[in-house]
Amino acid sequence: MWCHVASAGRGKLMETGYTAPPNSAETILEISELTVRFGGVIALNGLSFKVASGQVVGLIGPNGAGKTTAFNCLSRIYKPNAGDIKVDGQSILKLDRHAIPALGVARTFQNVALFDNLTVMDNVLVGAHRASISGFMANALWLPKVRSAERAIHDRARDAMAFLKIEDCADALAGALPFPIRKRVEFARALVCNPRLLLLDEPAAGLNHEEVEVLREQISNVRDRYRCAILLVEHHMSLVMAVSDRVVAMDFGMKIAEGTPEEVQQHPKVIQAYLGADAA
Amino acid sequence: MQSQMIKTSSSRPLVAAVCMLAILLPLFVSDFRSFQVTQILVYAIAVLGLNLLTGYNGQISLGHGAFFALGAYVAAILMDKAGVPYWATIPVVAAVCFVVGFIFGLPALRLAGHYLALATFSLALATPQLLKHPALEKWTGGVQGIFLSKPQPPFGLAMSQDRWLYWFVLLHVVVLFVCAANLLRGPVGRAIRAIRDQPLAAETAGIDNSRFKTTVFGISAMYTGIAGALSAIVLQFVSPDSFTMFLSIYFLVGVVVGGVGSIWGAFLGAAFILIVPNLSSEVSKSATGMLYAMVLLLLIWRMPNGLWSGVLWMWRAATRRPA
Repeated sequence: MWCHVASAGRGKLMETGYTAPPNSAETILEISELTVRFGGVIALNGLSFKVASGQVVGLIGPNGAGKTTAFNCLSRIYKPNAGDIKVDGQSILKLDRHAIPALGVARTFQNVALFDNLTVMDNVLVGAHRASISGFMANALWLPKVRSAERAIHDRARDAMAFLKIEDCADALAGALPFPIRKRVEFARALVCNPRLLLLDEPAAGLNHEEVEVLREQISNVRDRYRCAILLVEHHMSLVMAVSDRVVAMDFGMKIAEGTPEEVQQHPKVIQAYLGADAA
Repeated sequence: MQSQMIKTSSSRPLVAAVCMLAILLPLFVSDFRSFQVTQILVYAIAVLGLNLLTGYNGQISLGHGAFFALGAYVAAILMDKAGVPYWATIPVVAAVCFVVGFIFGLPALRLAGHYLALATFSLALATPQLLKHPALEKWTGGVQGIFLSKPQPPFGLAMSQDRWLYWFVLLHVVVLFVCAANLLRGPVGRAIRAIRDQPLAAETAGIDNSRFKTTVFGISAMYTGIAGALSAIVLQFVSPDSFTMFLSIYFLVGVVVGGVGSIWGAFLGAAFILIVPNLSSEVSKSATGMLYAMVLLLLIWRMPNGLWSGVLWMWRAATRRPA
């Protein structure tokens, strides 16, 4: 089963006349003085930054800068040694991993973590787990409330799949699909729970030029349509610079620059980190 | 995918026919054949129980014979010592086995893959000896086991006891299989299978893995325990040596032969583990094990996804219309 990648999403999906939120917008995510050590290696060293609601923030840095480590702290996969992460002003460091989506936070994984023996539809539906779940007994008896919740999340899943142009693959097993489609399935799974903060871990990795163009449009459209903030870890510089309202640059676990895409691109420390000391 | 095949309109008459046949079967066959099919139905419940845990949730158990034994003994002791009517033992057995399975599921959370298989295998190894232990002999009857009386049909209905037991077991089969099918097609079933495929992604999608895994362990033990209780009622006898570690292995054979992760394959898997050993001993007394092994290998080679997928394949081939 192959879905059309190239033709997908080329046209403008919607025009909403979006304007970037002002700096005074309420903060949805606040990371402060986050430090993570693995044995003697310091992966994150006092990282601090904020994401305002509805804002797209790009997190860049060379390999090993600590970007994914920061993500994994946000998902409660890693436990930081020091510092705090607040969503809506509440620390998440005491919460269970499965409680994070309840805060409106959804994520994708760098190397795509799909449920390979489930259909694409089921994969996306799992993303709506919180909205659909009821007791084991209610499910075993297939009570009306289970049925109506199922109908509602099926509609939402179809919406998300149509939005990302993967509705043709709904019945295919996720494990049998090509990589670019798998990335979109994971994207849809994160979107279907209507997140307020979306964490995208290298969404462009492994995509060709044309597919990255599609992704760029999709990310802008997601922000407009789902009205969520996006924290984007990405190596693909032109993508980050095109979609981000603000960019945070990291190296060796520390923030080295922060600002608008233009400001960060011209920052001497960023040029040094990417091109070496001589270039600065 | 498989359950969707069943629901397609073209297969509906076939499903109805199979159901009718299942209900009317005892009217057309001897009491002994009814008894044999009853046993297959009992084993199908046990195989389904193990499939929920191993096939759908990815937790391997080599010790489900222990839950089967627990169900059988709880039912037998209730009937023998407390005078509880046979039909009333089932809910008690369900509750006991669910709780025991749930509790066993807690340490199982920390064991993955092969380690869980070994831990559950230790259950299977310990069970016969535990049942023979002198400290429990007062209830379990020790090595002798417990003899029960054969249930009479209710309301003075004029039918043989074997026929009545067939329908009694069939009623439980219908309820338990419909509940399992419902459980697996909705949000709970998706979560159960998501945990099997990608535990970390499941958890970051908001699924409480620990709660689901322990509950599935409880439900799985409950299904297999109910099968054990029905087996005690149907055979009117329990003894420690009916519940050796081989029983646990046979259940796993039933799951794999019927189809890992397929509900309806449980009937085929159960039929396989009951019929094939008998057939092979009829063909040759001296090479029974070899014949059984050969059939098993042949199946794994030709139908690695189980007999149920073979049935679906034949069904599709038979109903395919030229385009």
